[in-house]
Amino acid sequence: MAKVFIYPINSLILSDLVERFGHKPLTMMSQIREKVTNISLDSPPINITSEDPKMGLKYAAIEVPAGVRGRMSLIGPLIEQTEAAIIVENPPTNFGCVGCNRTNELMKYLIRSKNVPILEVKYPESDEEARDFVNKIAEFLKSLPKEESEEGKEAHEEKSAEEEDKK
Amino acid sequence: MSAEDSGVVKIALVSCGSEYAGVQPEFDEAAAKVNAKFVFPEIDVASIDTIGKEFGLEVASGDLRLMMARAKAVVEGTTNVDGVFITTCFRCAEGAIVRNEVRRYIHRHSNIPVISYSFTESTTAGTLLTRLEALTTIVRRRHLLTREIQKGITAGIDSGSTTTKAVVMKDNKIIGKGWVPTTKVLESAEEAYSQALKEAGISREEVQALGTTGYGRFLIGNHFKAQLIQEEITVNSKGAVYLADRQKGPATVIDIGGMDNKAISVEDGIPGMFTMGGICAGASGRFFEMISKRLGVDITELGALAVKGMHENVSMNSYCIVFGIQSLVNSLARGATPEDVAAAACYSVVEQIYEQQLQEVDVKEPLILVGGSSLIEGVPKALGKLLKIDVLVPENSHLIGAVGAALLASGYVEE
Repeated sequence: MAKVFIYPINSLILSDLVERFGHKPLTMMSQIREKVTNISLDSPPINITSEDPKMGLKYAAIEVPAGVRGRMSLIGPLIEQTEAAIIVENPPTNFGCVGCNRTNELMKYLIRSKNVPILEVKYPESDEEARDFVNKIAEFLKSLPKEESEEGKEAHEEKSAEEEDKK
Repeated sequence: MSAEDSGVVKIALVSCGSEYAGVQPEFDEAAAKVNAKFVFPEIDVASIDTIGKEFGLEVASGDLRLMMARAKAVVEGTTNVDGVFITTCFRCAEGAIVRNEVRRYIHRHSNIPVISYSFTESTTAGTLLTRLEALTTIVRRRHLLTREIQKGITAGIDSGSTTTKAVVMKDNKIIGKGWVPTTKVLESAEEAYSQALKEAGISREEVQALGTTGYGRFLIGNHFKAQLIQEEITVNSKGAVYLADRQKGPATVIDIGGMDNKAISVEDGIPGMFTMGGICAGASGRFFEMISKRLGVDITELGALAVKGMHENVSMNSYCIVFGIQSLVNSLARGATPEDVAAAACYSVVEQIYEQQLQEVDVKEPLILVGGSSLIEGVPKALGKLLKIDVLVPENSHLIGAVGAALLASGYVEE
């Protein structure tokens, strides 16, 4: 199972496709879910406080707007875990969108800078293109290792050990 | 139910995703303090892909196109709101372009009051309070703002960051004035008010209504049991057009205060678009105080000095109150005259206001300059030169807040 970064990072369709082929999609939804369920709700609606843009400084300098750094505080940790990526170019808004193009540029750059397999496809504009689009993604996902990577295994084992300790 | 009936003012939040910057609770806190609430105009998500072309501004960020779609929903009445708050990230060029054009679009196509602001993760509710207070006042107290004549005996106190001003008015005339440096807020207000009452020959009991404004407005308002406690945007707009006798039609008010400054676009005495500076003291009265001290002249003499100088003879490489003054000092060391340095100081302040504030306000004549700094003759001269229009400085321009407060408070005499 590979951890697959998807762009747009909140695309339900891409996320579903990745899961169907037995991999783990890295999504904005999971990050926000964690934000709004794991800790007390200090800053509705998505519980990002003024501390989060500061955490985003790991990925972007202080002169980068707070909204970009706030988004990067959620997206950056996903990029760090990425083992493969699917980037869809020119998607319409309802396919997925984080709203800020500076963030889009930065996250795509960081993904491309990683030495991981990347599939870049254009958003389809006809039925034929749509079939081709899904086939390309399916083939890419099939080509990824089914087994958990060594890094992933280690992380998983560490987590299990921590859970055991808690018990 | 209108805002006036229900009390709650509905403000459309048109933003590029302030929830990602962690400032949303600050926005909500500031709104709650003025009994307002933010609403998010509903739009069809598919329209985000087409609105750029329709609006004529094609930008790459989805949330900026969402701002345009929401502005359209407000203008077309799909969402009913009393005011609009437009906000984008500080330092985002794309955001700044959209923020300005969306503000202009709403202003052109509706009468809904709009404020705009660029936020950082450090933006606090306190920073937004005066702006939202002004916005909600325009909605709630439009009837009060239409007042053009002062009636009865009323007083106004403007508790500013540097000086406290007070006036007593009777039958549309100023009959007493007080002007003291602000040290302890209440004591300074007492002193300025006493001066004004003494000059007017009137006792406190005879004053039928009192209005307070400025930074210390809540403290002194509660202390003196004022009928009206009001932020400076509304009060100064009213005071400026009243003193300049330009109550009808458009006007632009620039108020250079001790610590910050305001640029307000006014129509029939009611503020429309406005901006408040306050990040840098280099564009405020404090800068003049410091340069006067350095030149060894009283601040009241700085203006006359500046009028005689040429700002072009002095190179200033910073607007900062520290480094800017350093530049001026270096110029003196290189042989520049005090006249030229005074002129450069005036030009530096108005240039900052032009670059940072007037870009967001449509400047319409007459341009009325008020606040303590308007008394420094070099300032209106530099501003007029920069904008290439005549600048109007009304008599008693430094008392603008106190006069505006006394005028508006007279609405409570009849009530």
